[in-house]
Amino acid sequence: MPQILLPAMSPTMEEGTLAKWLVAVGDVVKPGDVIAEIETDKATMELEADDGGTVTALLVAGGSEGVKVGTPIITIAGEDEAETPAVAPAPKFTTEEPKAVSLPERETPGDDNAPVAAAPAPDIAPGPTRRQTVREALRDAMAEEMRTDQTVFVMGEEVAEYQGAYKVTQGLLEEFGGSRVIDTPITEYGFAGLGTGAAMGGLKPIVEFMTFNFAMQAIDHIINSAAKTLYMSGGQMRCPIVFRGPNGAASRVGAQHSQNYGPWYASVPGLIVLAPYSADDAKGLLKAAIRSPDPVVFLENELLYGQSFDVPEGDHVVPIGKARIVKAGTDVTLVSYSIGVGVALQAAETLAGLGINAEVIDLRTLRPMDTATVLESLKKTNRMVVVEEGWPTCSIASEIMAVVMEKGFDDLDAPVLRVTNVDVPLPYAANLEKAALLKAEDVVTAARTVCYK
Amino acid sequence: MARSTGRKAASAPPIPNWPRPDEPERFVASRDQLLEMYRQMVLIRRFEERAGQLYGMGQIGGFCHLYIGQEAVVVGLQAELIKGDSIITGYRDHGHMLACGISSKAVMAELTGRAAGISGGKGGSMHMFSVEHGFFGGHGIVAAQVPLGAGLGFAHKYKNDGHIAVTYFGDGASNQGQVYESFNMAELWKLPVIFVIENNQYAMGTSVNRASSEDQLYRRGESFRVPGLQVDGMDVLAVRGAAKLAVEWVRGGNGPLLLEMKTYRYRGHSMSDPAKYRSRDEVQAMREKSDPIEGLKKLILEGGHADEAALKAIDRDVRDEVAEAADFALEAPEPALSELHTDVLLGTY
Repeated sequence: MPQILLPAMSPTMEEGTLAKWLVAVGDVVKPGDVIAEIETDKATMELEADDGGTVTALLVAGGSEGVKVGTPIITIAGEDEAETPAVAPAPKFTTEEPKAVSLPERETPGDDNAPVAAAPAPDIAPGPTRRQTVREALRDAMAEEMRTDQTVFVMGEEVAEYQGAYKVTQGLLEEFGGSRVIDTPITEYGFAGLGTGAAMGGLKPIVEFMTFNFAMQAIDHIINSAAKTLYMSGGQMRCPIVFRGPNGAASRVGAQHSQNYGPWYASVPGLIVLAPYSADDAKGLLKAAIRSPDPVVFLENELLYGQSFDVPEGDHVVPIGKARIVKAGTDVTLVSYSIGVGVALQAAETLAGLGINAEVIDLRTLRPMDTATVLESLKKTNRMVVVEEGWPTCSIASEIMAVVMEKGFDDLDAPVLRVTNVDVPLPYAANLEKAALLKAEDVVTAARTVCYK
Repeated sequence: MARSTGRKAASAPPIPNWPRPDEPERFVASRDQLLEMYRQMVLIRRFEERAGQLYGMGQIGGFCHLYIGQEAVVVGLQAELIKGDSIITGYRDHGHMLACGISSKAVMAELTGRAAGISGGKGGSMHMFSVEHGFFGGHGIVAAQVPLGAGLGFAHKYKNDGHIAVTYFGDGASNQGQVYESFNMAELWKLPVIFVIENNQYAMGTSVNRASSEDQLYRRGESFRVPGLQVDGMDVLAVRGAAKLAVEWVRGGNGPLLLEMKTYRYRGHSMSDPAKYRSRDEVQAMREKSDPIEGLKKLILEGGHADEAALKAIDRDVRDEVAEAADFALEAPEPALSELHTDVLLGTY
């Protein structure tokens, strides 16, 4: 009896909500009939029947959340089986391993159970918090700032009526209207320039790039128009603008859509570059970015959008330029940012089992970089590994290693090592992609090497 | 010469049926207006000549693009703007600054890289700004100012302050893709922007005909429904007449308008350009027949608006002002070395 499994409806979807069944047991469906509404991390999608037949069982109740990709959700008997009695198997989907047929198995944290909350955040004062995804936190940051400052507006491809290609701007059009939440044509160079001009003209634009890969078409305005103008004008011209969007590798989208631009932008004086990992930092830093009088490049990560963290209630603003000790430790310092922090935390757990107590630092701001926190940590641990989801050459890792050579040489008991993606364009094939990307096991090996264990 | 896409030409395709302004008329100026436009054009001419000399003396470095020959364009257009409007242009920007009323001393001192320069000596010839005068640069990347200018217009519309943005660029810049991205959004969102193509016939060494499949640049907005007008940019009254019409059109909420100003630069693209791509005769003929300053002078004298003596007095004042600006720019101190690290970011992080 053919079962239909919950399909992956986007490259990064690992689970979904079965929002609503549109058929009932006993219904006869034709090929192409819509049988259910599935809510993914990005959108609500309609699920169609591939083959016709009679619905014999609904294996997952309507409204079920967190249904893993690959879970059987319905059985439809073909016409020759129509008389077969319908016997619904016990719904085991909550404990089943995801089959993730179209997704590679990833070392990077892919769901909310990743060891992200294992580490307390020593520098965050305790207070009421709310469990939120990074996606929701980013949206709330924008909405809160738009409520208090009329000059803040959002523009980009699909940010308004579509509710955001990754649903980050969901609900903003409804609250703020079309004059402040603006769909642009597909014209990155043009709207990045237009947004920059609007910032020069006294507004505070948030320019969303669907991904930072497309911002390469607009990089002239980010660097030549936005970053340099304050200096070139002897301090006269302000350009308070936020360029934001997902950065880095997503999942199986190939070389042109998988690149970390952190090192590119972090090399430019005149820019602030932020790359948060957790939802609380995503919210607090985006609010700080919008309030900043300077141009900000805000690098998000598609794979983090759906991850949940505790976010402080209220007007939560995180200072720009301050790294965060995500996990305190004594034996080795793991320095990372963005999605790499999750990999470093995962490695730290393994290392703990090996008797190595790693300290994990989330840089959060790539420019201006908080090298003081990095060097302080080195003084304590005397060993360092830089963990970066990106290429090794001319990377943030390179920069950290240079800073440590210049200012922390006497504190080193071993050479600093870097663990990064492999130095190739990101391949598509699942096994090759996995081999190219940052891995916690490599971080563990590097940490053991610098600890001589 | 004021031509618009509204006029029927024998070989032209039928004119699409969307709103467009009427044909502009030559501006009818008062005596004071004529003399003020004359003064501004002479000021730009003398200033640029002096800048050229200082460059030759090694007092101005890097790239230096002179506006000589094109004075009527900015003077005619700026005359129709009001305080609060925004303007933006490329790297051939000295004339625009002077026409905005920015002090010639501050501009010249920027050219010599001094602390008293309008950008504190950090910008140079191509990167000058004065927010106070609504002058948003001074941009060194060809055509980058076009979307930036559309953004200034966007800000005016967003704030609903009744002001407009004027975006100047050259015939060379008109082949950049971002110009058309800007036309599209400006018309789509009805932004209050006047796009001004200063067609001086040469993009560095490449003539319009060698670089542009459609060399009638005022038609370049057609695919985006941005109406265009072609204007004699060597005649300041034609320019001002078109400017008046364009300002009314754009301020009236009709969306953007494109003005192609047919003009000519007498000097090379920059100071280091030997200008081998055109003949001396061509330049000479333009100077003799179409010089914007001589043309206005003739009109003032023949129209009996003022006599030789009155114009000579203006010439003298301008010479004095430029001499003073040059002296100031040579004597003013260079920026303090501590300025190296300032103005990178506004915030403290």
